[in-house]
Formats: sequence, structure tokens, C-alpha cells
Amino acid sequence: METLAFLFQWGLYALLAVTAVAAVGVVTLANIFHAALCLVAVLIGVAAVYAALSAGFLAAVQILIYVGAIMTLVIFAIMLTERIATPASGTANRLVFPAALGSLVLFIVLSRLIFSTAWPLRPGGNAPLTAEDLGRALMGPYALPFEVISVVLVAALVGALVIARKDRP
Amino acid sequence: MNTIDQIFVVTKQGILRIAGLFLPEWLVAVKSALISIVAIIAFAVVTMMYLTWLERKAIARMQNRIGPNRVGKWGLLQPVADAIKMLTKEDIVPHRADRVVHALAPVLMMIPALVLFSVIPFGRGMTAVDLNIGVIFFIAVSSVSTLPIFMASWSSRNKYSLLGGMRTAAQMISYEVPMVLSAVPALLAAGTLSTHGIVEAQGGWGGTGWYVWTPWGLAGFVIFFLCAVAECNRSPFDLPEAESEIIAGFHTEYSGMKFALFYMAEFMNAFTLSALAATLFLGGWQGPLLPSWLWFLIKVYGLLLIMFWFRGTLPRIRVDQMMSFAWKLLLPLTLVNIFVAGLWFLTGPVVRIVSSVAILASAVFVFTRLNRKYLPEKRTYRFGD
Repeated sequence: METLAFLFQWGLYALLAVTAVAAVGVVTLANIFHAALCLVAVLIGVAAVYAALSAGFLAAVQILIYVGAIMTLVIFAIMLTERIATPASGTANRLVFPAALGSLVLFIVLSRLIFSTAWPLRPGGNAPLTAEDLGRALMGPYALPFEVISVVLVAALVGALVIARKDRP
Repeated sequence: MNTIDQIFVVTKQGILRIAGLFLPEWLVAVKSALISIVAIIAFAVVTMMYLTWLERKAIARMQNRIGPNRVGKWGLLQPVADAIKMLTKEDIVPHRADRVVHALAPVLMMIPALVLFSVIPFGRGMTAVDLNIGVIFFIAVSSVSTLPIFMASWSSRNKYSLLGGMRTAAQMISYEVPMVLSAVPALLAAGTLSTHGIVEAQGGWGGTGWYVWTPWGLAGFVIFFLCAVAECNRSPFDLPEAESEIIAGFHTEYSGMKFALFYMAEFMNAFTLSALAATLFLGGWQGPLLPSWLWFLIKVYGLLLIMFWFRGTLPRIRVDQMMSFAWKLLLPLTLVNIFVAGLWFLTGPVVRIVSSVAILASAVFVFTRLNRKYLPEKRTYRFGD
């Protein structure tokens, strides 16, 4: 079984490498349609990492929501926007430096958070997290955050409707 | 009886036992996966080939024709002849096309179509991978198949392809919502997301435990099946590839084997979606007397023949009809159906039948009444004039 574990480990490294290459492609490719396709590859790669970490439900939901719904809408928007998918329209503009600054701040905050967290191991060891566990957690200790998120989503929906409304009174 | 039922499982175990005599342990584990993969690929391709033959025969009979009858007995070798024709055809790529994306799209189209077979419970103990999130996995992977269609339609540099891609996106997003929600009552009743577990939960003497025999099961099954027909772009929901309107949509610019890959993926999706419908509501491989895998195939082919029947009978619907059907009729009905399923498990044996039938019937009546006086609004072009 050691050989299997070895293959699994190197497969995971290969997957991470492909994901990283695709992530670089998202920000460097000139054609925005190709960049969007690279983003799809990144999201699928992240889902595969979730699956490798025994979080199968999270992986499936990642693909369902990010790849199946959000990226579909992003590409839909790209195809509806005239000329944006032609090679002439670049992905870089003069907001590069403020964006880089913002990304740097986010990177520092996230890395500080990652290194200051203790990452306690779950008592069950390496047992996969099932949908049932997640459901109980969402309906029990995390019921309030769950409800707050749904309120935020409703607010976003109503806001989108208000913006997209045709006839203004 | 039991040996016929378990013949495929026993065969696989036998091969593995022989392999275990002279192969290292890790290679046997790999081989166990490989046997399932090879079996699925062979089954998927053969199924697809003969589904084309079956569809042509069935449609021909409905239209008072004979159908393929030249190659082999009853035209049984026609799919082989078609495959040879497809493989020897010239591969044409449009001059302005994005060559990489254009070549990648049909290949990527096949991946979700094949992966979906892995969670289908073909028979007792015959699920290739028994995931505990089987149904969610199925829905997630099948939602990815919109992207290759987008890639094909965008990279072809053809306005009809682009229109087909737009229609596909609108249709797939719209019908995915009621499809997922109509499966919820079955998941609620089974208490599990595993496809194997859902079939096990529908046991009972002589197929009486199938969910389709309950009011919420019947309503859920009908909605799920209609959404499945729309998801795999089959008639009457074949707007994304309407030959007469947008010259076959996203695969207009594909020829030879690339076109055949799209065609294969479509038939495989039709098969897997019918298989999921049979798993969720028709009891999967549960049934009296016959072996479990035969029951499963009978149910799936029954659903596929209904799809062929739709194609032979119904005209294509309009875009606005397609959208309002999903959002104004199917979606509210699925929400009512989830409520009815909840009521079913809380109330007594007589009350629950009467109340759920009454609620569902009145919901259908109210929603059809609300939708009846639909007139397409007069278009005012804000920027076009």
C-alpha cells in the first residue's frame, strides 16, 4: 500500500502544479475568454484538492457553484459583451498598481492568519467529513451565520433587481 | 437466481483473485479500478452506438418508415458503418477559429459524460464508486458540461454557433434549478445522498417501495424527467441545436469525429440522466423475479424510449415558452412538492394521501391558471431605433 500512497502524493503535487500554472494563466493571458477558461481549471483543481483532503461534499459543491453556475455566468457575460473577447482588448490597464497594492495587503493578512491559526486535528482522525456532519453543524451551532448569509443573499438579489429594472418611477 | 444477479460482481472478483496470485498488492488495487473503468467505457460506447440505431428505428416506425435496414440484419451494423464514416471524414476547422479551444471542446465534452457513469448503480453491488454524496456529485459534474458547449460556440467564430451557445446557457441554468429541487423529496425520504443507499431505501415486496407510487414521488419524477429531457437538449427542448433556426447551433463548425464526440456525449447524457431518474424514483435495480441489472436496464431503456417518443411526436417549443415553463411552472411546483413530501412524513396514513393529492392538484391548477394568459410583451428597442 506504500506504493499507492506514494503515487497519491505525487499525483497531488502534479495537480497543485497544474493549478498554479493555470492560476498564472488567469492573470497573464491577453484574451479574456482564455483567462476565464484558466479560472475554470483553477477552480476544478482546488475542488480536486478538497477531494484529496477527504472533503468530498465541499469539492462537489465547489464544482456545482463555482464551475457550474458562476463561471457559466462569467463566460455568458464575456460572450454578450462585444469585442471584449477579441485579442486586442487586454486584461491590464492603469489600475495595475493599486490592484497590486490591494493584493499585497490581502496576501499579508491571509498569511498572518494562516500562520497564527493552530489547525487542531479533528478527533475522528482522517475520517471523511460527510454531508450529514455539515448539515448538523449548519442547523446547530452555526444556525445564526447561516441565516445571516441567506439574508445577505436576498439583499443582493433585491439590489440586482432594482439596478436591472427598466422603468424608473 | 443469485448467480445470474451477481454475475458481473463475481467475474470481477474472480479476475482480481487470479491477479492477486502473481501481482503486488498495490497493482491489484489499481487493477480493480481499471476493470471498472474499462467496463464503463466499453458499456458507454456500445450503449451510445446502439442508442443511435434504436432512435432511428423507433422514429422511423412512428413516421411509417422502416429505418436503417441495409447494413447487417435489421441494420444492426449501421452504427459500425457510421463510426467508420466519421473516422474517415475530413476534419475542417474554420479559418478564423481559435484552434486550441476549438479542438479541446469536443474532448472536454466527453469527460463529464463518462465520469457520470461512475456513480450509476447498475445493479446490486454494481456501483463503480459508491460515494456518500453520489447525487450531489452527479449534479455537479453534469453542470460542468455547459462549459465545453460554450468553448465550442465561442471558438467557432460563427454567429449561429454563438446563438446556440447562448441558448444552451439559458436553458441549462434554467432547468438545473427545478431538476435539483425535484430530486429533494427522494433524498429526504431515503435520508442519504448515496445512489446505492437511495436504491436500497426503495426496497419492499414486488417493487411497491418505489417512490414513484407516492404523490410527491410521481410529481417529482415527472418534473425531474422533463428537466432531464431539457438538460440533454433533446426534442422538444432542442432549441440550442435547432437545425431549422440556427443550423444546429454550437456544433455547426464541427465535422468528422469531433462532431461525433458531441453526438456521443449527448446520447451518454441522455442515458445517465434517465439512469438517475430511474435511481431516484423508479427504485433503481429493485424489482421482482428478474436479475437486478436487467431491471435497471429495462427502466432506463423505457425512459429513453419515452424520450424518442417525445421527439417523434412533439414540435419544438419557443424560447419564451421554454423559459416560462421552467421558471413559472416547474420551479414553484417543485417547492410545493418539497412541502408535500414533508407533510407526508408528519401525518397519518389516510390524511397524508388525501392532503398531498389535494395540495398537488390545486397547485397544478393554480399555476396553470396563473400562466395561461401569457402574452409576449411588445418589444421596445431602447437602443436599436
